[in-house]
Amino acid sequence: MRRFYMIAVLGLWVAGLSIEAAAIEQFPPPDFESGYEFPDTTTPPPHSAAREYVDAAMLAIALAAATWLTYTRRSRRGIFALMIFAALYFGFWRKGCICAIGAIQNLTLTVFDSSYAIPITAAVFFLLPLAFALFVGRTFCAGVCPLGAMQDMVLLRPVRVPRWLEGVLRLFAWGYLAAAVVFAATGSAFVICRYDPFIGFFRLGGNLNIIVIGLCFLLVGIFVGRPYCRFVCPLSILLRQFSRLSKRRVTITPDRCISCRLCEDACPFGAILAPTAQSDEGDYIKNKKLLGFFLLLLPLLIAVSGWAGYGLSGRAARVHDTVRLADRIYMENAGLVTETTDASDAFRGTGRTADALFAEAAQIRGQFSLGGWLAGGFMGLVVGLKLAATTLRQRRAEYEVDKASCVACGRCYEFCPRQHAVLKLKREGQ
Amino acid sequence: MAEKNEPVNRRKFLREGLWAGGLAGLGAVGGFVGVRSTRGDTVWQIDPNVCTSCGNCAKYCVLEESAVKCVQLYSICGYCDLCFGYLVPEPKQLDTGAENELCPTGAIERTFVEDPYYEYNIIEELCIGCAKCVKACAVFGNGSLFLQVRHDRCLNCNECSIAAACPSGAFKRVPAKTPYLLKGADGKA
Repeated sequence: MRRFYMIAVLGLWVAGLSIEAAAIEQFPPPDFESGYEFPDTTTPPPHSAAREYVDAAMLAIALAAATWLTYTRRSRRGIFALMIFAALYFGFWRKGCICAIGAIQNLTLTVFDSSYAIPITAAVFFLLPLAFALFVGRTFCAGVCPLGAMQDMVLLRPVRVPRWLEGVLRLFAWGYLAAAVVFAATGSAFVICRYDPFIGFFRLGGNLNIIVIGLCFLLVGIFVGRPYCRFVCPLSILLRQFSRLSKRRVTITPDRCISCRLCEDACPFGAILAPTAQSDEGDYIKNKKLLGFFLLLLPLLIAVSGWAGYGLSGRAARVHDTVRLADRIYMENAGLVTETTDASDAFRGTGRTADALFAEAAQIRGQFSLGGWLAGGFMGLVVGLKLAATTLRQRRAEYEVDKASCVACGRCYEFCPRQHAVLKLKREGQ
Repeated sequence: MAEKNEPVNRRKFLREGLWAGGLAGLGAVGGFVGVRSTRGDTVWQIDPNVCTSCGNCAKYCVLEESAVKCVQLYSICGYCDLCFGYLVPEPKQLDTGAENELCPTGAIERTFVEDPYYEYNIIEELCIGCAKCVKACAVFGNGSLFLQVRHDRCLNCNECSIAAACPSGAFKRVPAKTPYLLKGADGKA
């Protein structure tokens, strides 16, 4: 009998009557005579939070270990071992998620989306590396970040990147940070996660484009030390600023600098600063004038860059699903395209009006316009301050590490003759 | 530079101030997070009433075998003999022959209950979340078969790859305390 119902229903459907709306409960559940009872649908619970707390604890332990290895043990070998452990644990075992870089977006979304709360683990992953940077510099980059580890391990033939070029390329990371915040704040996408170049390796599979990008980073990374960290990583921007202020800094020598110049080319990341020559008075006056000029230029830079950001925001808004869908529906309704997409079909299935969708899309576009102005203006400010900073001179009597750029990898330790002397003393002492 | 007299002090003062500011900033973020986190964690889930069974769930999950599986909500199933979720259109015979099954991996198990009713179970190890049965059940049947993120498998990625590829917006973050969106007795979630 039931079979005939089905065939009758099929007939109606073939006749072109939409039955989708009535699809639910076409066939009332039967009254069983055999005492059959409905089984329950299983709902396995999410992984317990315990695993995430283990991750947070591992992060804290790894950070402490990296700091100890950097400052107390001064052991490149130890740091390298920790690095491999980090790549294995946070990368391959935990599949690269959650990571400190991506946690920027969770925090942003928490601020702007009142229905979302950042998981405690993500908050710890965001806060701990920065807190450590405030005290001891970027020990997170040294031995804890799995992305840094992947690149550090392939660095075999380092070439020097000129300082000015490094500064220019780093602007990309500033822009990436600003863009990631805008995309996360508008609820469009977590672009840092989407374009994480090493996630394909950690998960042993995934989007082909991303894997190719990751391979490119590793290939470039053979020659240019840590290209993602230096020119792309949005977290490195924050870590740099915190590290600038850090209480302790990594020192090349364990006790005193003998100006032997052996460490001069030791750093593949350009973080060793040579002693400065005495600058003469003429330079000083020129620099002061230049500084004034750059500071006067600042408002103009901010305005122009903000306007450029606003110009880009229209395109950026199309990353948001709703905006893209609204554009598509508009084109379909206006007869500009003949085919429909999965998304537009799905939208029509919901019974929402196109006007409501357009209104929502317009609101999101408005958010992007504002975000474009702010992100653009921010970039203008960064460029202006970078220009102004080129006029400032710091005097150094000996070789020092650049607190901002140093990732505490420990490579330079091996180059310092004092390191070997002190080690020898220690060995003999025992 | 000009600060030849006591250059260290001015810079030091500035640096100390910024350092304290940085620490205070981190503290503020921590406090803010603490206040907000009372809302609880979230996990990814599919709203079955929005899902259009496009098949992306089978393709885009970062897991080799998708964390999305079909589930059977027995209380709204019709227990039909001619189940369009189980059988291909115009089946040769209404039996468990592989040539008659719609599921590409044979992940639906059909067992006889009593005349003329059959129970349909999803064998989760075989299901790939392609939604073929979901679509057929929604169109011709009660819609008791639908897709859900199975949280014993889901990695709960920061940005779900399937959500990014979902055309209908059916993927959303739901509170971890209520991690499933099952349809109710009326067929609505």
